[in-house]
Amino acid sequence: MQNAFGMHALSIKNLSKKYKSGVEALKSVSFDVQQGDFFALLGPNGAGKTTAIGIITSLVNKSSGSIEVFGHDMDKELAEAKSCIGVVPQEVNLNLFDFNFNILVNQAGFYGIPRSEGKKRAEQYLKKMQLWEKRKTDARSLSGGMKRRLMVARALVNRPKLLLLDEPTAGVDIETRRMMWDFLRDLNNKGTTIILTTHYLEEAEQLCNKVAIIDEGKIIENDSMQNVLKKLKTEVFILNTEKPLDEAPNIKGYLASLRSPQEIEITVSQEQGVNDAFSSLQESGVKVLSMRNKNSRLEELFLDLTKGQLGDDS
Amino acid sequence: MRTQFIGMISLVRKETSRVLRIWVQTLIPPGITMSLYFIIFGTLIGKRIGEMEGYPYMEYIAPGLVMMSVITNSYGNVVGSFFNAKIQGHIEELLVSPLSEVFIVIGYLAGGIIRGLAVGTVVTFIALFFTQINIKYPLMTFFVVIMTAGVFSLAGLINAIFAKKFDDIAVIPSFVLAPLTYLGGVFYTVSLLPEFWQTISRLNPILYMINSMRYSVIGISDVSIQNALMMIVFFFIILFLIAVILLRKGIGIRQ
Ligand SMILES: Nc1ncnc2c1ncn2[C@@H]1O[C@H](COP(=O)(O)OP(=O)(O)OP(=O)(O)O)[C@@H](O)[C@H]1O
Ligand SMILES: [Mg+2]
Repeated sequence: MQNAFGMHALSIKNLSKKYKSGVEALKSVSFDVQQGDFFALLGPNGAGKTTAIGIITSLVNKSSGSIEVFGHDMDKELAEAKSCIGVVPQEVNLNLFDFNFNILVNQAGFYGIPRSEGKKRAEQYLKKMQLWEKRKTDARSLSGGMKRRLMVARALVNRPKLLLLDEPTAGVDIETRRMMWDFLRDLNNKGTTIILTTHYLEEAEQLCNKVAIIDEGKIIENDSMQNVLKKLKTEVFILNTEKPLDEAPNIKGYLASLRSPQEIEITVSQEQGVNDAFSSLQESGVKVLSMRNKNSRLEELFLDLTKGQLGDDS
Repeated sequence: MRTQFIGMISLVRKETSRVLRIWVQTLIPPGITMSLYFIIFGTLIGKRIGEMEGYPYMEYIAPGLVMMSVITNSYGNVVGSFFNAKIQGHIEELLVSPLSEVFIVIGYLAGGIIRGLAVGTVVTFIALFFTQINIKYPLMTFFVVIMTAGVFSLAGLINAIFAKKFDDIAVIPSFVLAPLTYLGGVFYTVSLLPEFWQTISRLNPILYMINSMRYSVIGISDVSIQNALMMIVFFFIILFLIAVILLRKGIGIRQ
């Protein structure tokens, strides 16, 4: 699993999931996450993000496909694969009647970490998540944001090489979100590969270097954050010309192609505007009759994903 | 392997500390129930019944009553603990960890057995207020109690694996376990029954457990003791395997 960039932290091939209810939550999804990446799995409600996380953490049975975690095939080396992973689920799944400290020590134990070491780590991560004063209360008496932080601490006790976070900042206040972001950035800088799911482009933009956009169970975009932003912030227009053309006219500064003899497709970035394109076309004697926006699913999604601003806690 | 062992010990520890942490719920109620049995059947009615198989009635029923509390409590412990973990979701703590299914089963099993032993001990001490108990074959008593507690812990685990709502964990104890226990020869020897009902009774696995226990304490049994012990071991192994396979397949816990 070595390549020019080092080892894949996660490699997913043709992963599909059909629930008993008949819902196809994932449709032959493939993507790789490089070691050291901060990877966003971005998508609207019901896109299949949690399902994907569930399968990677073996909480959900896949229908087909294969997954490797740091080179360990989950079908053949499940325990090794699991040992590399820490997960913060979307829904609270804490034992509400146990002491927070014990929850962490036990979780460490399940990963085979001796109790003495588990206690040290429990202390370390409870302090990191600003929950040390709460070590002797049970999870029931924590606020929602505290529960989430406790789940982050719990996910760290085995010092995972790959940390999966399913909407880690849903329902936490701005201050906590900042704290969490700083913490995750720091963790990633120190070498932990992180995958997080989110509805918000802004969150992905703030944290991640790679992004996959998932929609209705399919990956519709998977690239570096930079490239995806560039793509998202451009629009494609279709221009109907008066006369048929043999080839796409050369429009300075724009990407243009011929869709049909009387339809030119041009890509326009947000800063650019369309004025220059029209002048250029006029110069070359091409008369444009009408123009329409080529609606792509990506653009629609972009609107969805940027609509909910993070700041207003929607 | 060392990893697995540490994981298992953590789970055993968690499950047993639960029994002790909520001892007011786990140890006191069976103590009270059994005291009532001893008072009513032993002291009040028992005197009129006289002897059973040559033993004072109280002495005859004591081993069965201990067994009855062991059965209900080990079952209740595991079915409750596992189902709770499922409902609250923290069963996922185990499922995402590398701890293998065999050790998860052992962890819950240990919790159930320890609860069974603890309750068994409490009830035995209570019994001592009402009758004398001279255990004839202490090693066998120990073996029978542990194995029976194990069998019912595993049964509780399997129940909890399939259970989807709270009703599902209440149905088996009240509609299966309770009748089988009461008809399992705690209060009488099956030889008092008509031929037909004797045959039916012999299909009841709990009959063998209660008689093994009685045999180990006072030395009499309605059934062949070898068969009874073999039966207990057989059930233990079968249920253990079923539990492991169900967990491995993710029945009731993975979509
Ligand atoms: N246990 C289940 N049984 C049946 N269908 C399910 C189950 N869990 C999820 N689904 C369906 O699978 C699809 C994907 O759901 P999933 O939870 O993976 O989406 P998501 O991207 O995490 O959404 P959200 O952003 O709302 O958390 C949805 O249509 C959902 O209804
Ligand atoms: Mg989700």
